[in-house]
Amino acid sequence: MRLYESVFIARQDISSTQVETMADEFAGIITEAGGKIHKREYWRLRSLAYRIKKNRKGHYIMFNLETDADTLKEYERIMGLNEDVLRFLNIRIEEVEEGPSIIMQNKGDRGERGDRGDRGSRPPRAESVKSEESADAPAEDTETEE
Amino acid sequence: MTQLEIKREAVRRPFGRRRKSCPFSGPNAQTIDYKDTKLLARYTSERGKIVPSRISAVSAKKQRELAVAIKRSRFLALMPYVTS
Repeated sequence: MRLYESVFIARQDISSTQVETMADEFAGIITEAGGKIHKREYWRLRSLAYRIKKNRKGHYIMFNLETDADTLKEYERIMGLNEDVLRFLNIRIEEVEEGPSIIMQNKGDRGERGDRGDRGSRPPRAESVKSEESADAPAEDTETEE
Repeated sequence: MTQLEIKREAVRRPFGRRRKSCPFSGPNAQTIDYKDTKLLARYTSERGKIVPSRISAVSAKKQRELAVAIKRSRFLALMPYVTS
């Protein structure tokens, strides 16, 4: 049994639920043969860097799995037959990375700006002019402090 | 021989360009991962070519790792092969 990392790209015009069932199906191949899925990530619909089979976008799924070579071969064969799979890459890894992968970490913050942290709960909405004024008052206080 | 070396050192000194160390070696070095496109993009040219290690100062061992990572990333369409 070895550890592998597997990523596959599904066609763009498939719904995300269909992608999940597809991923379940592939994961089933591994688990039925006595393997284990250590991690599963759905990177959502990402735009591809170049067109693959006329697709500009694709659903990415990543597995960290533990299986033997024969099962992996079968897994790759079935993936190759599936027309909804645009591409897959299975590589051997030494250990399962802890926590979500870099792609998942980048999902939340857009671009380079980094994490803005927890903004806390939203202040109550100003429904009338009066409450809006009261919301403005503390802001003015901070200005005078500066 | 020694004379020449001293001379060369003296010539180089005023420019003060020390050899940059490899960004992936040593303590608190980043790990090379094909999924980390933001990191890999720093080692590719604007057109998407892999930057030679003599420019990026990446060590030979890490450059090989980096090249594999970039190629994997390209294969999965996370990075472009060419940008025109």
